[in-house]
Amino acid sequence: MSTGELKIEDLHAGIPGREILRGVTLTVRSGEVHAVMGPNGSGKSTLAHVLMGRPGYEILSGTVTLDGIDLLSLPTWQRARAGLFLGMQHPIEVPGVSLVTALTASRPEIEAGEVGANAGAGDVSERMRAEAKRIGFDERFLTRSLNVDLSGGERKRNETLQMGVLRPRFAVLDEIDSGLDVDALAAVGRRVEEATEEWGLGVLAITHFRRLLKVLKPDVVHVLSAGRVVATGESELAEIVDRTGYAAYIGAGP
Amino acid sequence: MRERLFTLSTFTPETAAALPGPPWLRHRRTAAAEAFASAPLPTEKDEVWRYSRIDSLDLDRYQTPVSPDLTATDVHGPPPSDRIRALVDGLGPRAGLIVTVNGVLATVASEAGDDALAIGRMTEHDEAEALLGSIATDPTDFVLLNDAFAADPVVIDVHAGVTIEHPVVVVHVITGAGGDAVFPRTVIRGASSSVASVVEIVVDVEGGLLAELPTRGASSVANHAEHLVVPVTEVQVADGAELNYVSIQSLGPATWQLAHQVSTIGADAGLHSFAVALGGSYARLRTDSALIGTSGTSKLRAAYIGRDDQMLDFRTLQDHRAPKTTSDLLFMGAVADRSHSVYSGLIRVRRGAVRSDAMQTNHNLVLDEGAHADSVPNLDIEENDVRCSHASTVGPVSEDQRYYLESRGVEPEVAERLIVAGFFADIADQVPIAGTRAMIGQALADRTGVHGV
Repeated sequence: MSTGELKIEDLHAGIPGREILRGVTLTVRSGEVHAVMGPNGSGKSTLAHVLMGRPGYEILSGTVTLDGIDLLSLPTWQRARAGLFLGMQHPIEVPGVSLVTALTASRPEIEAGEVGANAGAGDVSERMRAEAKRIGFDERFLTRSLNVDLSGGERKRNETLQMGVLRPRFAVLDEIDSGLDVDALAAVGRRVEEATEEWGLGVLAITHFRRLLKVLKPDVVHVLSAGRVVATGESELAEIVDRTGYAAYIGAGP
Repeated sequence: MRERLFTLSTFTPETAAALPGPPWLRHRRTAAAEAFASAPLPTEKDEVWRYSRIDSLDLDRYQTPVSPDLTATDVHGPPPSDRIRALVDGLGPRAGLIVTVNGVLATVASEAGDDALAIGRMTEHDEAEALLGSIATDPTDFVLLNDAFAADPVVIDVHAGVTIEHPVVVVHVITGAGGDAVFPRTVIRGASSSVASVVEIVVDVEGGLLAELPTRGASSVANHAEHLVVPVTEVQVADGAELNYVSIQSLGPATWQLAHQVSTIGADAGLHSFAVALGGSYARLRTDSALIGTSGTSKLRAAYIGRDDQMLDFRTLQDHRAPKTTSDLLFMGAVADRSHSVYSGLIRVRRGAVRSDAMQTNHNLVLDEGAHADSVPNLDIEENDVRCSHASTVGPVSEDQRYYLESRGVEPEVAERLIVAGFFADIADQVPIAGTRAMIGQALADRTGVHGV
């Protein structure tokens, strides 16, 4: 079991001309599940994309490190290879590129089955099939164009499958629950939960709703409002938010 | 724009008349050369030559490389070089093979019986005089020049009711140090209710891309032979016939091509054509497909990838002249470096061609800032009860797609290569002749790999 941390310190970021994150600080340790909740516009998805380095966002100040590596100085692909994974809210269609092609290209060592904690777990297609089975993802999609003609729920399963094959150190899951029915949600939640034990995956799960957190038990819950973490607590915090809404946190400070 | 001085020292009626052949052919050549000489040369001011590089063509820089005695060559021997043999063998089983070298027949071999298929030298065909020019009936500019200077036209005549499983392969080899003008002429006739496939390859053996892919930028154009190739292919798909036609242009990087493919499709007949354009300095392909019989179908596909300073130029005409005809065109290309592509297409539905269905789609990827693609779809509809659609896109590799792949750990260059290859994946699956599919897929992959590892 690895021990490490994804550490975000006083992160200010946004799009040109608009600061969206106004000083986010939180630390996820290996094997922990952290939930980030918050109303629309609070900066949840911005946080996800800033961590991964999506074009169009800019960092104003602050630091993000993964096991001590300065992530913000790295291009997106190197952040991924350093061990960060982003399960996207809106996975993007890539016509003509299959999942197996993308995953094989994603790491020079992946074909030999030597990615991260996954060493010796079989070749890519074998692992893809195993992961597909665990979350009920139709195997026929494995050789089709990435995300093309997939429903919202299938796309989320696809993201989860990639996480299982790539075995990152830390996964940011941006509304991985949206579009999933109850059974799929349970399967995806269980898969992520198991990953925290299998190889000590650290999780930052961004969600609107508590329903994900019923199947993926968070160790820590953060409430994000207006670009700041305004409350941090244990899993009961999610229940309180669910009951009382975000109103109490809007405009509040830490 | 400057006016071009019209002086021709090589391509005169006298030179045309001196080419070998029977009297009717020599007469035809002379008349074509005279018609060519009496009309002004095309300029970029002409609508059909807009965006082209035609103003920088200097015909006097080229000569016809044909020796006067065509019958001296033994055409029944093996292909003229190991490379050509390897190229055609790579296509798998075939029904026949025709190889021309600089416009003169070098090899002809038919694997099918004479009652199924007649292939070879046009002048040895019984109906030669009627066949030559029977589809390209109203020649202008460079078709006229081909009429005048095609030294040794070849024919593929598939007899009525015959089904030929494997393709007939035609290879036009361009060879020599440069300065040659070559006029390949191919007439393909699929007689009524026949089913056949033809692969036609124009290749520069020294500089061509299928032989050995030159590394981009590593070899300057100055080191390559500079030829002028003016191929004309006439395709007749008679009533009830099916023809698959794949053409591959693999010329050297300094060579010019002015190509014309013209087809007629009869009643209940179908043409499925796929053009691949890889090489050339300025390489133009004009594709005219006329649907002349009720319920005929023309499916036209092309894939092209430009790089360095090359220009790939496509002009298409989907000409609906009969009721219930269908045309379906999809051209897809990518331009890298400082290369330029042009697609200009016209759907024409003539009066009487009721219930016709025409589709025209052109998608372009622009891979570098210095590269450029023009896409100009046009409609000319004279009939009411028709369905026509056209779509065209020109744009860079999607930043979102790149980000998605990079977020999985894919290096930027590899991500771009995958996306470009993915762009061509669907059309590459539509290559109609199985033996060419792998070769075309590989050629496109090699060509898209230039940006990656």
